[in-house]
Amino acid sequence: MSKAFFIDTTLCTACRACQAACKQWHGLPAEETINSGSYQNPDDLSFNTYKLVKMNECMIDGSMRWLFFPAQCRHCLEPPCEYMAGDSSAIYKDSATGAVIFTSVTGKVAGVDDIIGSCPYDVPRKSDKNHLAKCDMCLDRLQNNLLPACVTVCSSGAMNFGDRKTILKQAQERLLVVQNKYPDAMLIDPDEVSTIYLVAFAPSKYSESASAKAGSFDLTRKMAFKKMSRWFFAKAFTG
Amino acid sequence: MAALAESFGRGAMSNHWIDIKNSDCILIMGSNAAENHPVSFKYITQAQLNGATLISVDPRFTRTSSRADIYASLRSGTDIAFLGGMIKYIIDNELYQKDYVIEYTNAAFIVNKSFDFADGLFSGYDSASCKYDNSNWSFETDEHGLVKKDTSLEHPRCVFALLKKHYSRYSIEVVSSITGTPKKDLLSVYKAFAATGQSFKAGTILYAMGWTQHSVGVQNIRCGCIIQLLLGNMGIAGGGINALRGESNVQGSTDHALLWHILPGYLKVPRNSDISLQNYNNKYTPSGPGGNMPVGWQNYPRYSISLLKAFFGEKASAKNQFGYQWLPKADNGKTYSWVDIFDEMHKGSIKGFFAWGMNPACSGANANKVRNAMKNLDWMVNTNIFDNETGSFWRGPGMDPSAVKTEVFFLPACVSVEKEGSITNSGRWTQWRYRGPRPLGNSMPDGDIILLLGRKLKQLFASEGGVFPEPVLNLKWDYDSNGKYDPHKVAKQINGYFHKDLMANGKLYPKGSLVPNSGMLASDGSTSSGNWLYCGSYTEEGNMAARRDQKDAPNHIGLYPGFAWCWPDNRRILYSRASVDANGNPWDDKRWVVRWDGRNWIGDIPDGQWPSLGSEGNPENPVNRPSFAMTKEKYGRLFGPGLVDGPFPEHYEPVEGPLAKNLLGAQLINPTVSLPVGPEDALANADPKFPYVCTTYRVSEHWQTGVITRHLPWLMELMPQMFVEISHQLASLKDIKNGSRVKVISARGSVEATAIVTRRFNPFIIDGKIVHQVGVPWHFGWQYPASGKEESANLLTSFAVDPNTNIPESKAFMVNISKI
Ligand code: SF4
Ligand code: SF4
Ligand code: SF4
Repeated sequence: MSKAFFIDTTLCTACRACQAACKQWHGLPAEETINSGSYQNPDDLSFNTYKLVKMNECMIDGSMRWLFFPAQCRHCLEPPCEYMAGDSSAIYKDSATGAVIFTSVTGKVAGVDDIIGSCPYDVPRKSDKNHLAKCDMCLDRLQNNLLPACVTVCSSGAMNFGDRKTILKQAQERLLVVQNKYPDAMLIDPDEVSTIYLVAFAPSKYSESASAKAGSFDLTRKMAFKKMSRWFFAKAFTG
Repeated sequence: MAALAESFGRGAMSNHWIDIKNSDCILIMGSNAAENHPVSFKYITQAQLNGATLISVDPRFTRTSSRADIYASLRSGTDIAFLGGMIKYIIDNELYQKDYVIEYTNAAFIVNKSFDFADGLFSGYDSASCKYDNSNWSFETDEHGLVKKDTSLEHPRCVFALLKKHYSRYSIEVVSSITGTPKKDLLSVYKAFAATGQSFKAGTILYAMGWTQHSVGVQNIRCGCIIQLLLGNMGIAGGGINALRGESNVQGSTDHALLWHILPGYLKVPRNSDISLQNYNNKYTPSGPGGNMPVGWQNYPRYSISLLKAFFGEKASAKNQFGYQWLPKADNGKTYSWVDIFDEMHKGSIKGFFAWGMNPACSGANANKVRNAMKNLDWMVNTNIFDNETGSFWRGPGMDPSAVKTEVFFLPACVSVEKEGSITNSGRWTQWRYRGPRPLGNSMPDGDIILLLGRKLKQLFASEGGVFPEPVLNLKWDYDSNGKYDPHKVAKQINGYFHKDLMANGKLYPKGSLVPNSGMLASDGSTSSGNWLYCGSYTEEGNMAARRDQKDAPNHIGLYPGFAWCWPDNRRILYSRASVDANGNPWDDKRWVVRWDGRNWIGDIPDGQWPSLGSEGNPENPVNRPSFAMTKEKYGRLFGPGLVDGPFPEHYEPVEGPLAKNLLGAQLINPTVSLPVGPEDALANADPKFPYVCTTYRVSEHWQTGVITRHLPWLMELMPQMFVEISHQLASLKDIKNGSRVKVISARGSVEATAIVTRRFNPFIIDGKIVHQVGVPWHFGWQYPASGKEESANLLTSFAVDPNTNIPESKAFMVNISKI
């Protein structure tokens, strides 16, 4: 059954246990960072950083807000990256869980930058050798009946994971409660992705790439349509 | 802990972590729980999901504040003004829980005529010694020695009337002009928290080092205690006053006498005037009501003699005062706290030093002074998992290694997960941990290191003699199995044994068996117990701390009585006899803690099994109704006569502050503080050279001085450098760019830091003028990262201390800041 995350940013305390746990589970090296005038570190996702808690200070309606956004791959239901790669040995969707997986051979696919560019949420990052990497939903853990590392360590209740149906229901119920206090609260693209964020304010207040780049999923659909019609014609001619 | 013991009788978190979920209103002040106790937010979140209001009061908008429903800022060091205003608000608006206040607190007690407060001083002050004679703060008693009371609370000298009078000066206007908190924010905090004075509402307070590390630290906490007593929030589920400890086992180490002035179980360290055991026991055994009660300090000799039996085993007998004379005695009138140790070391009178799991070169206030003090040592033993700035002090910044004579030995300890034993968390739960991986290399558990050290000392004293060999030679030292330290043997001795067969209630407790509870400890040498509070933790039924039963108690408030064990007597919520009315019916039925079913108490284990006050055959008598059994009078203390600096908290400015006068009275700083006067102890109050208030704090990503976390690359990636947080207004005043390096300077030292220019700090308006505040974390030290530029915030702090506890005032001091 398809899996999904529900990330309730209204509960996140930016403890960043998830960010560290992700590195620990995947054995990813630490980056050499400096303090650039913010707690957020590293600055950005990278080939070695699949999860990054973004932090933004702002005033909203006269109140101080410090907004936290644990960014990671959304595991799109129709992933533009997958379509863009067009090579299931490099990028594929795991049928059991819906995890979108970058394999060790992403480097061989031409147009790595196009793949990055196709992502509505600016997630994939490349190495010097043009390999791509990102969150893999901890697929190896899932296959061993463990929750993703970032979910296990989250004590505030912000990170949740489960069957898509259950998670979607949980997210919608929680949204109704949060909206009592924050009328602008919303779920970000719940029908497009498996990593569903609940935000109290406009997504752009959290991060530039919190919600999908305009038109990005249309592109996927166009490409999907192209593929389908290719298949259709192929069938028509051979059949 | 001094404030909690003074107010309620026990120096510990009254409730426990899980219980926070039961609260309607959580006030986090003097604590940044989200960053320093992240897991607490599991329970805080549950409370919030159930509709609780979360309040964060902090000079700086923190990760805790980001989750709060109400945030209020205040200038560091003004908590008493802030909370004094709340006490006034509660009384003026009659929001206190009246029945509770009359039944369970000393509100109705009549105070002696000699008590007075004027010009910022309580009666009995001696300006030559900077000390109070607190006999002026006593209660009037009748011919039977019982305290006189006026339960109408109208007597002008009853505690309630005096409390009201004392805080009548703390108007919103005055408070706001001291704290810098906008008036509307004060009111919204007061209103939200005072609403828990209703008997069916629960409010809890979480505090930590943001309250304790002040020259008025104990009185900061006393404010919280007074508020919780007025609101009837002590003893109930979702209530209490909860000291969040800075390290996973601080409660355990305090229970087992980490501090100089206590022996295990909060027994007193004897003074040189306590010339015999009898003398000592008499002095610390209180007289007065409740003399025949099974709990409380009335049983002092049972605890002290059982402790001596644990120390000295068969060598301790009635004939030799159970070895009492082998205990070290503290000089009368002298203190031996952290700052005293380094003062003495600085003067050159201490020659040898064990730094055990500590990094004073970074954790100690006025770290320059501490580091220089170490130069006077002949030897130092540094027991730690890594070398640190303490063991390597001789090659630190500004040191000339060839001029330091100190010989340093390093004993490698293994890390916590590589050894077996117990830890006691903030909520008093002692939990057994098994060993994970084996210790690396030649590192060892602390227990093995101590065991070997003790053995060697015994050998040396046996072969070479010494000035006073008896204490070491007679020490019982059999805590090994197969030559290795055995934590079970220690845990069992802490619980205690019978040393003679005992028949009680028709049951035989044979010699050599474990004592089932502290009520069975004896004062004749027939029992031993290394810590009476833990008697019951390891019995013939097994190791209680290792229990993992996940069944809740019948009241379903998250007590989980079969999971681990907690002192005292596995009681999860302290003072629960105050959670019920006279008939033993809970004030709040939906989250009751205990109730009297007519014959028994059910729910949690109450403080004493005697029947409820109103049940038949129980004449009204204080002996029968001790909600606060460990205080002398058995009542919660609004008026606390036992502290050195006053029975009510009074606002005084920090020793280093921005003001030359106290807006509330003639006395500027806590009158009982004796200021540090050494050559490296410069102070700068209201000094234009150091115009900005500064405070210190921790972040989630590092731990203490960072000896572990600075060596973990994943954490260094998150928080790589020392920083100073400053407001946009101050940044533009000083032309400081976000992310640039600056220097923070106090009268005692300076540190480099990266400027984080943030909206989370804002200037305060204090007495009509702008006062800026900045803040620094204290996790860094020169040794790592290797640049050597990320240093300890304690280079800035001072040896000014709270007069009750000698804890340095690291949370409020003055600095300047400049570009580099
Ligand atoms: S672990 Fe949970 S609370 Fe901590 S940063 Fe990640 S999502 Fe937020
Ligand atoms: S978020 Fe980006 S990388 Fe992740 S599945 Fe969607 S398109 Fe691919
Ligand atoms: S699911 Fe796994 S890979 Fe993805 S962010 Fe969480 S820990 Fe990292």
